[in-house]
Amino acid sequence: MTVLDSKVPEGSLEAKWDKHKFDLKLVNPANKRKYSIIVVGTGLAGASAAASLAELGYKVQNFCFQDSPRRAHSIAAQGGINSAKNYPNDNDSIFRLFYDTIKGGDFRAREANVYRLAQVANNIIDQCVAQGVPFARDYGGLLDNRSFGGAQVSRTFYARGQTGQQLLLGAYSALSRQIGEGAVEMFNRREMLELAIIDGKARGIVCRNLVTGEIESYTADAVVLATGGYGNVFYLSTNAMNSNVTAAWRAAKRGAYFANPCFTQIHPTCIPISGDHQSKLTLMSESLRNDGRVWVPAKKGDTRPPAQIPENERDYYLERKYPSFGNLVPRDVASRNAKIVCDEGYGVGSTGQAVYLDFADAIKRMGKDVVAAKYGNLFDMYHHITDENPYEVPMKIYPAIHYTMGGLWVDYNLMSNIPGLFVLGEANFSDHGANRLGASALMQGLADGYFVIPYTIGGYFADAELANVTPDHKVLKGLEKEVTEKANKLLNIKGEKTVDDFHKQLGKIMWDKCGMARNAAGLKEAKEQIPKVRDEFWKNVKVPGNNGEFNQELEKAGRVADFLEFAEVMVIDALQREESCGGHFREEHQTEEGEAKRNDEEYAYVAAWEYKGVGEEPVLHKEPLTFENVKLTQRSYK
Amino acid sequence: MNLTLKIWRQANAQTKGKLVTYQISDISPDMSFLEMLDVLNQQIILKGEDPVAFDNDCREGICGMCSLYINGRAHGAQSEATVCLLHMRSFKDGDTITIEPWRAKAFPVIKDLVVDRSAFDRIIQAGGFVSAKTGAPQDANALPVAKRNADLSMDAAACIGCGACVASCKNASAMLFTSAKISQLALLPQGQAERDRRALAMVKTMDDAGFGNCTNEGECEAECPKAIKMTNIARLFREYYRASIVSEEM
Repeated sequence: MTVLDSKVPEGSLEAKWDKHKFDLKLVNPANKRKYSIIVVGTGLAGASAAASLAELGYKVQNFCFQDSPRRAHSIAAQGGINSAKNYPNDNDSIFRLFYDTIKGGDFRAREANVYRLAQVANNIIDQCVAQGVPFARDYGGLLDNRSFGGAQVSRTFYARGQTGQQLLLGAYSALSRQIGEGAVEMFNRREMLELAIIDGKARGIVCRNLVTGEIESYTADAVVLATGGYGNVFYLSTNAMNSNVTAAWRAAKRGAYFANPCFTQIHPTCIPISGDHQSKLTLMSESLRNDGRVWVPAKKGDTRPPAQIPENERDYYLERKYPSFGNLVPRDVASRNAKIVCDEGYGVGSTGQAVYLDFADAIKRMGKDVVAAKYGNLFDMYHHITDENPYEVPMKIYPAIHYTMGGLWVDYNLMSNIPGLFVLGEANFSDHGANRLGASALMQGLADGYFVIPYTIGGYFADAELANVTPDHKVLKGLEKEVTEKANKLLNIKGEKTVDDFHKQLGKIMWDKCGMARNAAGLKEAKEQIPKVRDEFWKNVKVPGNNGEFNQELEKAGRVADFLEFAEVMVIDALQREESCGGHFREEHQTEEGEAKRNDEEYAYVAAWEYKGVGEEPVLHKEPLTFENVKLTQRSYK
Repeated sequence: MNLTLKIWRQANAQTKGKLVTYQISDISPDMSFLEMLDVLNQQIILKGEDPVAFDNDCREGICGMCSLYINGRAHGAQSEATVCLLHMRSFKDGDTITIEPWRAKAFPVIKDLVVDRSAFDRIIQAGGFVSAKTGAPQDANALPVAKRNADLSMDAAACIGCGACVASCKNASAMLFTSAKISQLALLPQGQAERDRRALAMVKTMDDAGFGNCTNEGECEAECPKAIKMTNIARLFREYYRASIVSEEM
């Protein structure tokens, strides 16, 4: 085990980033043209990075597996983006945003990164407005704010229930401008399948052209991964169908450390599962908890329609248990409490695995029109999916996998342990600790892409010695061969179960044993079961068609094969972390009141795992977390 | 439910396609339309045949990836929703359902129900942006925007770029798509500086891509899953004519 160096600069918390920026060496404008950068992914982090780097003069190649960069899954974020502008004058500040975020993450994130995030968040709002992002405004024409879980100030900027869409389209428009000018070369429908390391540095990628099936190599002076999270390891999640861990995992297999994989976020307000056919789960924005009230019947097994249950026979359990934060407790707390009331038999709906989110009071107070203006598109989506009208009956909700805080390990410069490999957004581990607060993912993706990587990548280039590398380099040729052989192997198994069968099987193991609550016995079972599913996959999967063609089942098979390897590391990480923190709730470690019980003495570190081969035990590397500016306390939202 | 599906199968852009009939049974009314296609594909795979290719991703109506033409309607018969939000409860036991790809010269078929919509990206690349480099612009609240304009701008910005407007138009016109972006930016102070260039360049790129013209029939508005209004097309014309008169770039 080595101790990882986070390269956090010296100095006071407030001065670190400014000092570091000054200390970073610069690449002069004429020389920037000589450097090329590969950016994989076009979500908030990828698109903002590709556009900003091209604006600086670097040569950028940008890749996405969707048919257009505009479709990356950032687009589905609904609620909003945090920033400590303090426009409402409610005593917000950069330090308060920093404090709320690091506390929300249950003190398992790096102080310096989180503070920098809070600092640049103000620039993000300015930048997005300048791009023409149509944020919500008041009648005076100024920007409006709303509140979100884990905070007692209103610092969330929003564009109806489509904030992610509008921010992504802003970044996409900046990217499109650079593509139009020839500064970014865009490759749609390409999936990264390998990372090329030459002379110890990340220098290229191998992709599958998803239209033709051809295997293609690309080279550059640095590789930036902005490839999102791994929530689909659970099969059912709020992620898009094609979201996957493949790019990050292939980098991990080439030596990049994977940090805190067991830190996964369960979002409290999703539409409950309706049957075996379910292909994904749908999130209802956390912003709904601003005005919606969460409750279950006070009597077990009360099957009366909600309208017939009188006020005094309802249990508004979040308001009861957490009077100061009420319905706006952080996501992990809200999710766990929904699980507790359902497990105790108070759940509603046909499966008993749901709680009510009720807008009757809000409609009475503000009128239907105001509620519709704030949440109309979410209500419509709920209505389409469930065939129930939330203006008339309370929504039924249940927690679901939504976001993954873990990701590839990066230092303060967002560079992984492989020189020249940078990781941004959800794909890295850096800013959210063990639980992400609402409206912080958009903030982090854009902070990384617009305001961090453009500076730190220059510091890397200024010091790096980079030989000329072209796509016909033997390392890339070797990787192309491996990728092709792997695809052919999958196609030639010709077994009896489909890729989806295996994905569902893995997802069930992960949800049951490594989901909202975990214990050592369950995790050990999962650790035994996963390799068995993986072995069967490689003997009995049926992948139709050929390699050299458009083949969606082959794409899926490659992704599920990677999930089957990655899942084991998740479980190993959850097993070693003998404490509860944020989204990682080990049943053995809880307070008398059932809250997460951290062990700061022994576990205040980042667990970064080094891959050693399929089925081999990965090696743990630790980055100790030191807290100089906040006092570690038991989180209280009461 | 038991259903008869007639699905467009086409190996690639070079070959001719045809409708192929499939029978499917035991479909639950709670399934989404795409989950019904998942069930069909699982059966096709286990029979050793080639599953039906269709684009989809978020399955919650926002990414714009899904693009099916169902019984002659873009995204099916429901209003203001993409096909991923269409549920089987909208159909009856014994129904025959015809599923085709978007059909437009500018959207060539890649395989089966998957089409190439990169022409939309090129239209945006021509001018669908404000040239605000990443840096340190003025404070966000230094630029008030009248709420009415901000709301109209947001209405237009809600476009998901799915292409239903093109698919439902007899001229395969991309006017609704193009006008939504032109409107979003024309309604905001940030969009003023490049207003003329934007209108001229985006319309030219749209024409060059092979999309047809607008003849005011309104299918696009009727089928748009995000309820983008045709008034945006009127605004596009105003912007275009204005630019044609004042701009030196004609």
